[in-house]
Amino acid sequence: MNNNVAIVIVSHSIDVAKGTADMVRQMVGDEVRIAWCGGNPDGGLGTSMPDIKRCIETVYGPRGVAVLVDLGGAETNSEIAIELLPGQWQQNVVICNAPIVEGAVMAATEAAGGSDLAKVRATAEELSP
Amino acid sequence: MSTLITSTQLTARLIEATAATIDAHADLLTGLDQAIGDGDHGLNMKRGFSAIREAAEELAALAPAEALVKAGLILVSKVGGASGPLYGSLLMAMGKSGAARTPDRATVATMFADGVAAVKKRGKAQAGEKTMLEVLVPVLAALSDGVDNDMPLATLLDRIRKAARGGLEASRPLLATKGRASFLGDRSIGHLDPGAQSSCLLVDAICNVIEKDVTQ
Repeated sequence: MNNNVAIVIVSHSIDVAKGTADMVRQMVGDEVRIAWCGGNPDGGLGTSMPDIKRCIETVYGPRGVAVLVDLGGAETNSEIAIELLPGQWQQNVVICNAPIVEGAVMAATEAAGGSDLAKVRATAEELSP
Repeated sequence: MSTLITSTQLTARLIEATAATIDAHADLLTGLDQAIGDGDHGLNMKRGFSAIREAAEELAALAPAEALVKAGLILVSKVGGASGPLYGSLLMAMGKSGAARTPDRATVATMFADGVAAVKKRGKAQAGEKTMLEVLVPVLAALSDGVDNDMPLATLLDRIRKAARGGLEASRPLLATKGRASFLGDRSIGHLDPGAQSSCLLVDAICNVIEKDVTQ
């Protein structure tokens, strides 16, 4: 297991989430831990807070986790998932204000170079208007 | 009985009434959301409130404040759309706020104020942006005013219902600046907000239960 900042991808669509993760994997291989989820608890379009929390827990490490989200509910559900994590983890998990695909690829590329969470986030967020 | 939150029975009735109104109006909510959103509000709310209904027995056995927190968590876990974290935050904040207080009217007003504050924080929104806050904010004002002025229960409920309906109707001409509806720009004007509609339905259902089952 590597020590880099990990990436979680949260989309309303499981296909978008998986496709984004595929693109990230192509860039960074196994240098960055990646988890992804998409779809509401019934499998339709939407997001699932328990799934997001599970993803974060799966890849969590002391260097932290950058979360990339698509639309509204993905962000609010991710916020709640983070608030339900153990207290000392919470400050190590950030939601990036960035487009999901480009943000995930940029964040993961930055993370693969060993950058800290703040730098990974900043690199992803440079993409936002 | 002289308070708004009291018994296991009242919790069970509130759960049944809110789930029933969401069930009965799921198509209306979805229709409104198809006009200016992603068209999933009815289904999402139904999924969330059905899950609360399934847990009704367990929830009703809890202290009201704990039941609110638990019900909020159910919404957050089951809804899948933006309404889950928003209504979930409302209920969880109300529950946390009420935990150590005497269950009287002033407490209910404080709990609701804390709940509405949590919705604003979670949604990064204020009233006037065409969201559920168009209903929640006037309802809070009516509730606080009624409690402060010691209004009779029937008058208080009547004012709350009017505030909810007025707030819902006032959402129609607004330009959406939050959520998926904001992508439509000017085209969001002229439609009722789906979240304001669901809030209005829930407020109505809760007022009906209290009017029927709580006497003072």
